[in-house]
Amino acid sequence: MTHRRTHALIWIWTLFVVAVVYLPIACGALASFNKSRYFGFPVKAYATDWWEKTLDSIEIGMIVRNSILIALLVTVLSVLIATFGALAFARYDWKGRRLYQKLIMLPIFFPQPVLGLAMLLGFSAVGIQTSWMTAVFAHLVWVVPVVTLVIAIQVYGFDPSLEEAAIDLGCSRLQVLREVTLPLLWPGIWSGMLFAFLLSWSNFPLSLYTAGADSTIPKWLYAKMVAGYTPMVPALGTMATLGAAALLLTGGLVGILVRRRTAS
Amino acid sequence: MADLTIVQHAEAPREERPARRLSAGALCALPVIGLLALGFAAPLVAILGYSVATPRSFDVFRSFTLENFAALFDPTNTVWLSFLWSCGFALLTVALLAVIAYPIAYGLNRVFGRASAFISVLFVFPLFVSENVRLYGWVLFYIKNGVLDGTLKWLGLNGGPEVLYTPGITLFGMLYTYLPFMLFPMTLGLALVPRDLVDAARDLGAGRLFIWREIELPLAMPGILIGMLLTFVLAIGATAEAKILGGQSIIVISHDIEIAFTYSQNWPAGSALAVLVTFFIGALTLFALSKLDLDRMLGRR
Repeated sequence: MTHRRTHALIWIWTLFVVAVVYLPIACGALASFNKSRYFGFPVKAYATDWWEKTLDSIEIGMIVRNSILIALLVTVLSVLIATFGALAFARYDWKGRRLYQKLIMLPIFFPQPVLGLAMLLGFSAVGIQTSWMTAVFAHLVWVVPVVTLVIAIQVYGFDPSLEEAAIDLGCSRLQVLREVTLPLLWPGIWSGMLFAFLLSWSNFPLSLYTAGADSTIPKWLYAKMVAGYTPMVPALGTMATLGAAALLLTGGLVGILVRRRTAS
Repeated sequence: MADLTIVQHAEAPREERPARRLSAGALCALPVIGLLALGFAAPLVAILGYSVATPRSFDVFRSFTLENFAALFDPTNTVWLSFLWSCGFALLTVALLAVIAYPIAYGLNRVFGRASAFISVLFVFPLFVSENVRLYGWVLFYIKNGVLDGTLKWLGLNGGPEVLYTPGITLFGMLYTYLPFMLFPMTLGLALVPRDLVDAARDLGAGRLFIWREIELPLAMPGILIGMLLTFVLAIGATAEAKILGGQSIIVISHDIEIAFTYSQNWPAGSALAVLVTFFIGALTLFALSKLDLDRMLGRR
């Protein structure tokens, strides 16, 4: 049957593309376990030296702390802003909604290096010294629209009559939010949080221009790639990747468990 | 779930609310609008301000001249070459990715069944790995004595081709980086195609090509268009691919902007260029978005 053959071809193509997608990540991991300073394949001797050096480095410890701090702040702030943003996007019918829906997409469609430079200009025009704090703000500008869309998808599946019922039963606006709206939107908010953290964690172009003298993991890696390669570059890159994978995995599992629990 | 504790408050008197000036929706949108006004619109105003400042100065909002724009359109300026490279590569990226992603998007909707959630995650995850880490992985793959070269030599062959630091590898890097941005809108778009419609057409004797051209493609178009637009716009702004993989064998437009800001310390010139790129992208994006119904795309699944 031609149908089955097409499906087999689609499977093969997809698996091939997945393999290509992960190939460079695997190459990085391979290079980080290479004993000698310069990479050569096939690897002659494997060692965990560079991993140990990376973990021991004080400079890298500081950079990792910066990255975590920025990502955590971005997560909290962006979810706060984007939850309301998503309600405005998908729940309420209001006058400026169509325009708002379109405007919120603009930062997503905007090239990040140019956005980063524009913000650098803006900061310098009003005389703000760039540091990790300005990087948090810059990340927010890009992450909040993305998280708004992620949560909005959940809001579309939400029945507004439940909120109205609660109001008719005498709930205050705050009570409705706490008892009805947020519990129903929780899965979307949870994925939004994961997105926010991971997008900030891996962001390079915005951090490059808006973090000033403070460095983040992607920024440090880039500096070393351009000048002064050491196997600590693939080692730290692989660590950052594994960290993201672990977070995504636990985040996904927690989400599934919580959903099962509330369902039962 | 909606807790039944709300019943307890049934007795509470409904307070008379003062007439609010803003509706609930506008109120909810306020923080986002505030953020984007400060973090997105204001920097663009700053760029606009710098673009009309005296060249090679920092006299923002204090001087006015169109010299920076005039310099861009000067025929001796090679900036249009960067712009052409960027546009050409972005168009190629869009065209090739449409072909690469379509079978996968179709598979995610129709073929993979229960596995499709997992496969989607496999395609999302690389977005959470910094793009320079992934691109550097390709350098390790293609470099002399790298994974490809080493494997071929080990097999007794001549070794890998020297593809690194060429325009071709830059295009490859762009295809690699922007695949998810084409794939997911396309998948959403294909999900909008009602299955029974396709079945009905088939029952009535329509051929597969006919079904694809007359039913699937038109109904999935909003998603495909968003994917193409997103990919095009991001590819126009791409720099990391040309820098890390391409070894600056070609200079793309965002790189020109960066050079003006960093090496040549000519902020007004860089701003003028950024303003042009911004207008180009903004006009394109708003035009395309005005044709699309976002409620329908994101809501109905």
